[in-house]
Amino acid sequence: MAEIKNYTMNFGPQHPAAHGVLRLVLELDGEVVVRADPHIGLLHRATEKLAEHKTFLQALPYMDRLDYVSMMCNEHAYVMAVEKLAGIEVPVRAQYIRVMYDEITRVLNHLLWLGAVGIDLGAMTMFFYTFRDREDLVDCYEAVSGARMHAAYYRPGGVYRDLPDSMPQYQASKIHSAAAVKQMNGNRQGSLLDFLEDFTNRFPKHIDEFETLLTDNRIWKQRTVGIGVVSPERALALGFTGPMLRGSGIEWDLRKKQPYEVYDRLDFDIPVGVKGDCYDRYLIRVEEMRQSTRIIKQCIEWLRNNPGPVMATGNKFAPPRREALKQNMEELIHHFKLFTEGMHVPAGEVYSAVEHPKGEFGIYLVSDGANKPYRMKIRAPGFAHLSSLDEMSRGHMIADVVALIGTQDIVFGEVDR
Amino acid sequence: MMELLQILQQTGQDLLGPAWLPVWTIVKILVIVLPIMGTVAYLTLAERKILGWMQVRPGPNRVGYWGLLQPLADGIKLLMKEVIIPTKSNKFLFLAAPVLALAPALAAWAVIPFDDGMALANVNAGLLYILAMTSLGVYGIIIAGWASNSKYAFLGALRSSAQIVSYELAMGFALVCVLLAAQSMNMGDIVRGQQSEYGLFGWYFIPLFPMFVVYFLAGVAETNRAPFDLAEDESAIVAGFHTEYSGMGFALFFLAEYANMILIAALTAVMFLGGWLNPFHGWPLLGGLTDAIPGLFWMLGKMSAFLFLFLWFRATFPRYRYDQLMRLGWKVFIPLTLVWVVVVAAWMQTPLWVW
Repeated sequence: MAEIKNYTMNFGPQHPAAHGVLRLVLELDGEVVVRADPHIGLLHRATEKLAEHKTFLQALPYMDRLDYVSMMCNEHAYVMAVEKLAGIEVPVRAQYIRVMYDEITRVLNHLLWLGAVGIDLGAMTMFFYTFRDREDLVDCYEAVSGARMHAAYYRPGGVYRDLPDSMPQYQASKIHSAAAVKQMNGNRQGSLLDFLEDFTNRFPKHIDEFETLLTDNRIWKQRTVGIGVVSPERALALGFTGPMLRGSGIEWDLRKKQPYEVYDRLDFDIPVGVKGDCYDRYLIRVEEMRQSTRIIKQCIEWLRNNPGPVMATGNKFAPPRREALKQNMEELIHHFKLFTEGMHVPAGEVYSAVEHPKGEFGIYLVSDGANKPYRMKIRAPGFAHLSSLDEMSRGHMIADVVALIGTQDIVFGEVDR
Repeated sequence: MMELLQILQQTGQDLLGPAWLPVWTIVKILVIVLPIMGTVAYLTLAERKILGWMQVRPGPNRVGYWGLLQPLADGIKLLMKEVIIPTKSNKFLFLAAPVLALAPALAAWAVIPFDDGMALANVNAGLLYILAMTSLGVYGIIIAGWASNSKYAFLGALRSSAQIVSYELAMGFALVCVLLAAQSMNMGDIVRGQQSEYGLFGWYFIPLFPMFVVYFLAGVAETNRAPFDLAEDESAIVAGFHTEYSGMGFALFFLAEYANMILIAALTAVMFLGGWLNPFHGWPLLGGLTDAIPGLFWMLGKMSAFLFLFLWFRATFPRYRYDQLMRLGWKVFIPLTLVWVVVVAAWMQTPLWVW
């Protein structure tokens, strides 16, 4: 009798469902996965090593490029680490702005995730629906930082500058007439906060729309319920965090358990799953979008009523005010030193983590008192999740692997770093 | 109109003698195939436009007004592209496969009546011919998957063959019900069997409603369209059986898929929705007003409605998994059709059968 061999298939690195550059070697028995072997490193850019050769401030924009769909959350973990090490007191307004942008980022990430997982499972319309709302949120990024993606908006000591009083406007062009543009700019006439408030009012209805397409859809449920079940014990042992861990029924959210910034002053709930399958993880992320909208609303309310500084005082870490810079020698020197030599962070080591949309994103920083980190280590949630892919996908079919990669919310920027 | 055709026939006969028959047949073939090709081209545009509108975006609108020249541009692009033949592939089969996929999709049109008496071939075993032709299409896919020497293509071909074999059964049984009801396998007679003084209430979709649904869904599965597009499941196996095809090879598969879609729409219309018949025939007022409209209009209207359904499905549903698709076919559709064959056969023996 002929010997029966398993079928080995290369899934990626150039593959429509690989979410970037995942190379997955699948050993198949017919359509059933016997072994999944994820290969990493195709997007390795040596962020940790690069940071050792940059000043603390110059290393910040690299953070955007780690998980390139939740940019500001990465920055947040990094600036918090620097602040902890240097003992910088961040103004409350800056903390609120950061929390608000963290939640905007969470919605941005989950929207992209929802669209991508929809397309992975064949529901292509989701992608276009979610991008309609993402557009508004990247506009908010643009309004504060000038960049729609790699914002570099958070700084050690606060944020780069206060929220703007105007939103970027659409311009008339060959494609959009002046009348159309006027309508498109309708909700952009006020400040950023007005625009965001308008967004938070209509966004819950949009989430309902997403849910009408998927949540009770029989095919969607058949594709996700019972797929990739992870027990709570295994989820802990595998180092899961974020929605992956909560999907398995463990109530763990750094925003609640180790509140940073002003999360302890805000009112929100964390959804927890029951079964630990793909469907639970889907529901959790959808619910997190609703909760994030709630947080954004509370932040808008507070930010409206409490003007104030958005950057720490003291010239060693924060740049001096512009007027002072023009008039005083002292400030000029500080400015020059800060942007050439960089800040000197006291010797020591620190770990700071944030509840990133994908899980616990942590920065471990060792400083020897110089103007550069001695060592930086990034704890990326996606790395732990991807390592469990083999265990999760065994015995499932090829199409389920796609669903699993989808609900793990893998982004290679952070996995490969 | 009819007289004009007769005069044309007569002059042709006089002029060419026995050679007239093949010439006239080729003319008829062209009259069917060319509009189908045009419809396929504009169906792709309609698909992109309709999907676009469902997805809050405008769809193609750069080439010509409302993107009307887009299919033309796509065609030219595909024609100009290099046909890449993978090394270690079987070159003959690799090139033959697209042709094998397209030919049956077009051949099946021979027996479709567009209006009373307006069919290329008035075959008495029309239904069998249709079943034979639609099943042949899968060979193109299997051969394409095997000849490409690619793992993705191979998996796609396997999925496709399993899928078509399973759904062919459900489709066949649904057609048996139609055959029972019409007591004929001639497509024209099937439509005429649905003629009554009650307009659309005389059509077979009422007594055969479950079969109507099963037939259309099996048709969606047979044409490898969403949500049953597992043979080209782009998120798992890249593009399935046509992963390795480029240029015209790919274009032929594309044409075959869309020609098949139109064919399924036409068949559903003929067998369940009374083909060219006026839905309001015999109704007071409305019937009188609409009886003057040519049958071709109704036929095309019904086909368009089904084609729209194809596109609507694609915009709405996630994709089935391979085993779930098999389960749906074997455990739901086939038992249902089997039962309904018996039900219809028994029903027809009672005076309650009024169709």
